[in-house]
Amino acid sequence: MTDTSAIITAMQAEQDETSASEHGINAEEWDRLISRLGRKPNLVELGIYSVMWSEHCSYKSSRRHLSKFPTKNKHVIQGPGENAGVIDIGDGQAAIFKMESHNHPSYIEPYQGAATGVGGILRDVFTMGARPIALVNALRFGDPSHPKTRSLVAGVVAGIGGYGNCVGVPTVAGETEFHSGYNGNILVNAMAVGLADQDKIFYARGATPGNPIFYVGSKTGRDGIHGATMASAEFSEGDEDNRPTVQVGDPFTEKLLIEACLELMATDAIQAIQDMGAAGLTSSSVEMADSGGENGEGIGVEMDLDKVPQRETGMSAYEIMLSESQERMLMVLYSDKIELAKQIFEKYDLDAEVIGMTTDSGRMVLKQFGETVCDIPVAPLAEDAPNYDRPWVEPKKRAPLDMESIPEPEDYGEVLLKLMSCPDMASKRWIWEQYDRHVMGDTIDSSQSQGNAAIVRIHGTNKALAITSDCTPRYVAADPYEGGKQIVAEAYRNLSAVGAKPIAITDNLNFGNPEKPETMGYIVKAIEGMAEACGTLDFPVVSGNVSLYNETDGIAIPPTPVVGGVGLIEDLDKVATLKGAQPGDALILIGETKGHLGASLYAREILGLDGDDAGPPPPVDLETEKKNADFVRELVERGLVNAVHDVSDGGIACAATEIALASGTGVIFDPSVNDKLNTTAWLFGEDSGRTLLAVAGDKTAEYVVMASEAGVDLEIVGQCNKAAAKDLIILGTYGSLRLSDLRSAHEDWLPTYMSKMD
Amino acid sequence: MKTAVIVFPGSNCDRDAEVALRAATGQDPAMVWHKDGTIPEGTDLVMVPGGFSYGDYLRCGAVAANSPVISQLRAHAERGGYILGVCNGFQILCETGLLPGALIRNAGLEFVCRPEVLKIESTNTAFTNAYSGGEITIPIAHHDGNYVADEDTLNTLESEGRVAFRYVDNPNGSARDIAGVISENGRVLGMMPHPERAIGDHEGGTDGRGMFESLLSAA
Repeated sequence: MTDTSAIITAMQAEQDETSASEHGINAEEWDRLISRLGRKPNLVELGIYSVMWSEHCSYKSSRRHLSKFPTKNKHVIQGPGENAGVIDIGDGQAAIFKMESHNHPSYIEPYQGAATGVGGILRDVFTMGARPIALVNALRFGDPSHPKTRSLVAGVVAGIGGYGNCVGVPTVAGETEFHSGYNGNILVNAMAVGLADQDKIFYARGATPGNPIFYVGSKTGRDGIHGATMASAEFSEGDEDNRPTVQVGDPFTEKLLIEACLELMATDAIQAIQDMGAAGLTSSSVEMADSGGENGEGIGVEMDLDKVPQRETGMSAYEIMLSESQERMLMVLYSDKIELAKQIFEKYDLDAEVIGMTTDSGRMVLKQFGETVCDIPVAPLAEDAPNYDRPWVEPKKRAPLDMESIPEPEDYGEVLLKLMSCPDMASKRWIWEQYDRHVMGDTIDSSQSQGNAAIVRIHGTNKALAITSDCTPRYVAADPYEGGKQIVAEAYRNLSAVGAKPIAITDNLNFGNPEKPETMGYIVKAIEGMAEACGTLDFPVVSGNVSLYNETDGIAIPPTPVVGGVGLIEDLDKVATLKGAQPGDALILIGETKGHLGASLYAREILGLDGDDAGPPPPVDLETEKKNADFVRELVERGLVNAVHDVSDGGIACAATEIALASGTGVIFDPSVNDKLNTTAWLFGEDSGRTLLAVAGDKTAEYVVMASEAGVDLEIVGQCNKAAAKDLIILGTYGSLRLSDLRSAHEDWLPTYMSKMD
Repeated sequence: MKTAVIVFPGSNCDRDAEVALRAATGQDPAMVWHKDGTIPEGTDLVMVPGGFSYGDYLRCGAVAANSPVISQLRAHAERGGYILGVCNGFQILCETGLLPGALIRNAGLEFVCRPEVLKIESTNTAFTNAYSGGEITIPIAHHDGNYVADEDTLNTLESEGRVAFRYVDNPNGSARDIAGVISENGRVLGMMPHPERAIGDHEGGTDGRGMFESLLSAA
């Protein structure tokens, strides 16, 4: 028998500053708490404050800076502040998407950490009424030689696949990089994209008093208690002992939950809905209460925790409120729809219970075993949470990379081979072959072709969404403002390259400890750079996530603000991908080549420069970015492009090689077309705003005229080889390589690495 | 041709099957919920779709094989109706005993999703008559596609011409490279590759169309 009186006594016990400190609440926040509450909290109340005021839930270090992001354009239906962003894609439909991190849990328990990251982001999307149609992930691991890296890669990839494959949502795109800066803090950022009818979008806001609060999905267990708090602190060696705070995923239940929720959403039963993610029942109920009321004035909630379906006996109110058990949703229903809702969840054998009512008190009241264990005002938990203006210092500008002092390589072919097989550039086939990319039957182009963006058909139409994720941490570390601009510009360019009109982005800002002014400086400047690009490109942020404290033993990760971009393709017959170049095609480059090698892959992989010595990143001219990308899109829309690739890591040489590998046709490109630059700078420079196209060889004169009329730089840099040279990559007079050798080097690195024993 | 698709909790290729059958027949298939659904009278072809029925818990297909709808599926098979089980559907058909053998974890232990070249072993079946033989490319996506059966069973399958497809480059360790097998009466096919994901306008290509065209002319 559970000793209920002992539990109640513990729950109602008045807490002090020491206990608050153990909950991650500092002295200043303790004073704030007491002043808002008018008394000291009990244990349940303190637990609730601690998670709601955690960095993860409150964005207390980043909120004031995030407000710099443009969040609207003519397509935006819902910007940041709800479960996910919503954009208008025409014909009464909407795309709903968001990216979110599961970094800390994935380091501690890679399979479940990554799996539940996927589960969480899927719930954010279907909570709003969308059927999820695509998953994307951006992964960053430590140095391949670090003893933990291999097992982390294996676990994270299996976890992502294990969850997404089972739920039946295709994983269509992603990026994976390695750097010693992530040795102690890997990054697992997952993005989900869903599709909904605009008249069937559901929000967390809008609940009114006097309606039933309905709990559905899995039972509540003791897993994941204080996950949000863990995600808001630095790591130190030995934190693997935090494993019990990592949740366990059940994708089968998630699949049932998706189907049941979408079935219920087809009726008029739901007034407001929120998934139980970080901080579980606490944050879902607080957020619905805080944004409730007809005009968003806020409402109250009263819940009887004895009614919450529980997996274990003897759970306390504290545990129930802070559990992060997965696959759970909270809804406010219209009173006369309870039976209808129960029938639908019964069909799928899911738990579904009314656990409380909305009230007009503005307070959160919780009862357990007939006793009140929490009675606190809602507003201070959410909108009135701490909001810090953390001190920050502007990162130092780097001196330019002095190319004069750097000798030209002896063998350019060898350099190309080395770049194409370095961990960041090497094929990630070993990873994406473990993801079902085709389920749902609408995948037009995925990681399988390694192109700029995935293309997923809007079911039953000839339209599609293009989806990409991008970040170049090298650039952000070198100059967060320019690097921030570049990330957004690259997403814009990638979507445009496949023929999509870029619409909006979601972001996932991964940084170290914001309480350190140097780190905070990177956060502030990266956000400002990204915001400027979003503004100029009319490419707003509609949702996102901030992951701070990615530090172990005081060492921060490289600044890694990832963006997930979504664009619209109006006619699937007018797209271009990486594959499709034909022998005899001309390779034309849109955008100007200035030979910028600062902070480049060449500098890091070939020159061994990976810090201040590597110099600043390529500057980004946003007006030119837009003009160039729009020109590329126009060519694609007119059906003139056989293959396309943006020029980024490894410059023209790597972009041309990737087209060659994907299309199975050798290429020749000749550095001597440009007599102003040295060969290395022309081949491997990473100037922004450039895209390489394979087009019919006999039409180049027309394109030159079109480019000139559009005010866009165009350079004919090479061609796709015919006949005997079909298997060669030829670098002008500077050497050549067999395509098959390049392919082996490119394809073999990751499987070889993963098959080694530690 | 009248068609139906069985939907189990955790099925996730039911919509893919629905789309492919609609494209092939010009009519909507009946979507049959496992618990209380009915396979309509006069159904020619029942598709058992891919996915993770019951989360693949216990053993792939094992729980679904004991679901209420299975008695109707057996009756359909006994009437000589056509059944196509793809991926998890193949696993379920093996668990019900409607097809011999079993599917165990891939030899490489990892989930694998890729276009796979298949050799058509016979064009003289209800499922392959529209093909002119040779090889086709169909996507696979599974964790447990390693076909096993005892030697006698494998010999019987081969001698009776009941191996429908073999992998050209075996991705999962299947015995004798078997990718799909047919029942004794020639009416039930189970296969790991996904023909319903290869009916055009998709990364999976178009080579799956022939199977639906074959069934259309057979039924």
